[in-house]
Amino acid sequence: MTHANVPENYLNASWGWRSWLLTRDHKRIALLYLISITLFFIVGGFFALLIRLELLTPAGDLVQAETYNKLFTMHGLIMIFFFLIPSIPSVLGNFLIPLMIGARDLAFPKLNLLSWYIYIIGGVFTLAAVVTGGVDTGWTFYTPYSSTYANSNVILTALGIFITGFSSILTGLNFIVTIHKMRAPGLTWLRLPLFIWAHYATSLIMVLGTPVLAISITLILLERSFHSGIFDPKLGGDPLLFQHLFWFYSHPAVYIMILPGMGVVSEIVTCYSRKKIFGYTFVALSSLAIAALGFLVWGHHMFVSGASPFAGMVFSMLSFLVAIPSGIKVFNWTATLYKGSISFDAPMLYALGFIGLFTIGGLTGLFLATLAVDVHVHDTYFVIAHFHYIMVGGAVMAYFGGIHFWWPKITGRLYPEVWARIAALIVFIGFNLTFFPQFLLGYLGMPRRYHAYPEEFQVWNVMSTAGASILGLGYLIPIIYLLWSLRYGRVATENPWNAMGLEWQTPSPPPESNFAATPIVTEEAYSYDIHT
Amino acid sequence: MTSIPDSRPLTVAASHGVHDHQFDDSAQQQEAATLGMWLFLATEVLFFGGLFTGYTVYRSAYPNAFGEASRHLDLVLGTVNTGVLLLSSFSMAMAVQSAQLGKRWRLLGFLTSTAVLGAVFLAIKFTEYVHKFHEHLVPGSQFVFSGPESQHAQLFFSFYFAMTGLHALHMIIGIVMLAVLMVLTLANTFGPEYHTPIETIGLYWHFVDVIWVFLFPLLYLVSR
Amino acid sequence: MSNTIVSTRTYLATFVLLLVLLALTIVAAYIPMGRFNWVAAMTISAAKTALIASFFMHLRSSHRLVWIAACAGCFWLALLMILSLTDFWTRGWLLP
Repeated sequence: MTHANVPENYLNASWGWRSWLLTRDHKRIALLYLISITLFFIVGGFFALLIRLELLTPAGDLVQAETYNKLFTMHGLIMIFFFLIPSIPSVLGNFLIPLMIGARDLAFPKLNLLSWYIYIIGGVFTLAAVVTGGVDTGWTFYTPYSSTYANSNVILTALGIFITGFSSILTGLNFIVTIHKMRAPGLTWLRLPLFIWAHYATSLIMVLGTPVLAISITLILLERSFHSGIFDPKLGGDPLLFQHLFWFYSHPAVYIMILPGMGVVSEIVTCYSRKKIFGYTFVALSSLAIAALGFLVWGHHMFVSGASPFAGMVFSMLSFLVAIPSGIKVFNWTATLYKGSISFDAPMLYALGFIGLFTIGGLTGLFLATLAVDVHVHDTYFVIAHFHYIMVGGAVMAYFGGIHFWWPKITGRLYPEVWARIAALIVFIGFNLTFFPQFLLGYLGMPRRYHAYPEEFQVWNVMSTAGASILGLGYLIPIIYLLWSLRYGRVATENPWNAMGLEWQTPSPPPESNFAATPIVTEEAYSYDIHT
Repeated sequence: MTSIPDSRPLTVAASHGVHDHQFDDSAQQQEAATLGMWLFLATEVLFFGGLFTGYTVYRSAYPNAFGEASRHLDLVLGTVNTGVLLLSSFSMAMAVQSAQLGKRWRLLGFLTSTAVLGAVFLAIKFTEYVHKFHEHLVPGSQFVFSGPESQHAQLFFSFYFAMTGLHALHMIIGIVMLAVLMVLTLANTFGPEYHTPIETIGLYWHFVDVIWVFLFPLLYLVSR
Repeated sequence: MSNTIVSTRTYLATFVLLLVLLALTIVAAYIPMGRFNWVAAMTISAAKTALIASFFMHLRSSHRLVWIAACAGCFWLALLMILSLTDFWTRGWLLP
């Protein structure tokens, strides 16, 4: 650890609150996001802890039913809107996209800072709702409960989510324009890192989907304030109109949460197999396919809601289609590993975990897309296990993998490898122990969103809660050693992993303008075969 | 992979125009701003689109009630308003042209006329709202409709107020932005080499006009 | 986009054409065509939009990428509407 002769980089270029809170540097904005989403992760995790504590015993004895409704609502809202959706794009995407394409910053740096402030304001509204009594509608805000009958802080929460949505829209807009207009000379589309393709596809979803969430929230606010009757059956309204509008965004939203993770995995798998990706074009285009097809399947959340069975059949068929591009990615990652020179560093452990757990989560999605099966498992713990396998086993693991992989680039320090591997293993074990029993519980009939359950389900619930404590430990350890590494970690070189990619061709941490000279690209991505 | 030394300083005031440091030249900045605004307009299409979707669902379910309710809207005022907005779009397009030609006072004139026309639109809209209030056609506990399907008519009016209200909100934002542009024009900020904000806000203004172009027949001309 | 300067005459012609279409919209509304009144109205609105986009919004002289961005919003809205209506318009179809 040395302070002498530290070259100027984006961290030490200027000092003071204003240089951070009024920054336009995408790298500093990424760190602002990193700190904020970590705080929200802890809040959301706290609600999860309370949920799992309540579910240790069959009786609803820790909290009242109404309180329990608030716990799972707030857990969902915070984890989805304030952690998962911004996580990889706003932290890793913001930091790396200009670096990976050889640019000095994003297209609209001031808009980028505005995105963060909008996110914070939305977060403040939502946290205000949480501390002044909470909201109990479920993160899905279904009408007519949310619009007419709920007695909780619906309006305040809805406003918070509405505001935060614009952060997402502006980030996506910024990324799309940047990727189109600011690539370095020689960096054609088919030479881009797959991380960029993934974020481009994600940005398309953010831009096209989030506005519909905004209008569905606006309608709830109008309904709740003016009793306009849009969702009120007495006036001829249809509550299902809300569900269509809500899920038109919220289904593609899950692809916002997973696509960036897939981009991270492509970067990690190639580096730690020392091989170029198998089927680059297929993997790149599959991101676009997931984004496009992901918009056509939302009705699979409504199979048993009273929607027409004909529409159910259409949506079921489309939902099967969307599994195909995801499958292509999994096959191609596996083929990349084949005959690769594999090292099991911590980022690779997270990436391998992603591939396995995402596959399980994705396959169980096919069970849910099957109309007849869904009648049985809809609104049970089977659904909860399904999406946690993808969101936690997939997205969160990819996020941790990416944080570790690019930590030296972001901070100029190396994390402690042994502890990192231990933590990755603890996360993997804790995760499976938490969520695999939930598949069983759901299949056996335990409904979701209930704080009490029949005696015979207790053993699986206890296992799940035990797993959750282990998982929590697994998340705590990296927070500790990553903070430790900021001061005591080994100083990192420009390219500690010998990875391909423009971000590794500049110092760690990078200077404020990213590159001393504009790079010119002459090779395909992942040219590990040429540069051993 | 080689690299060329980037000998230009971070910010360049080239003879073609000033541009921000992240861009290579002002043409790139211009293209980025245009693409960015069109993408934002795409989000607005989907934002309004949710309301259009709900409206379509209910109009196809209750065509008679919607038709009957629509006849309570003032066709004359609606037509005048449409004309006012179309004229304001013409005025905005002329403002952009003035900026391109470097004609500062013409630019100011057209920006002002666009904003004034927008204000006229809002004034007429407000008048219509007041009429509806007095006719007890505002959804809620005061709603009274003398027709067979009064609850479905109330749905029509919910959408009428939501859609035109959201549109009016966008108009207000547009007028505020025009005011900012007018101040910047007075400060001689724009010229042939730099007038990007005029163009991008022009795009926004035309878009708000396009929304009304669809709202007018959908709300006022259901069944005449 | 800004490099092409459109003439006042073109803008004026566009505006006049838009007013003509507005008159047409109203005339068409008074012709009883049943369900096709709506089709006619939307077609005329689409024509007006095309005029505003092409001339006032300079889409004619814009990059192809901008065209795609312009169409993307409408296309996606069409998806929202069509797939939602597959539910609402088929509610009574497959009854037991």
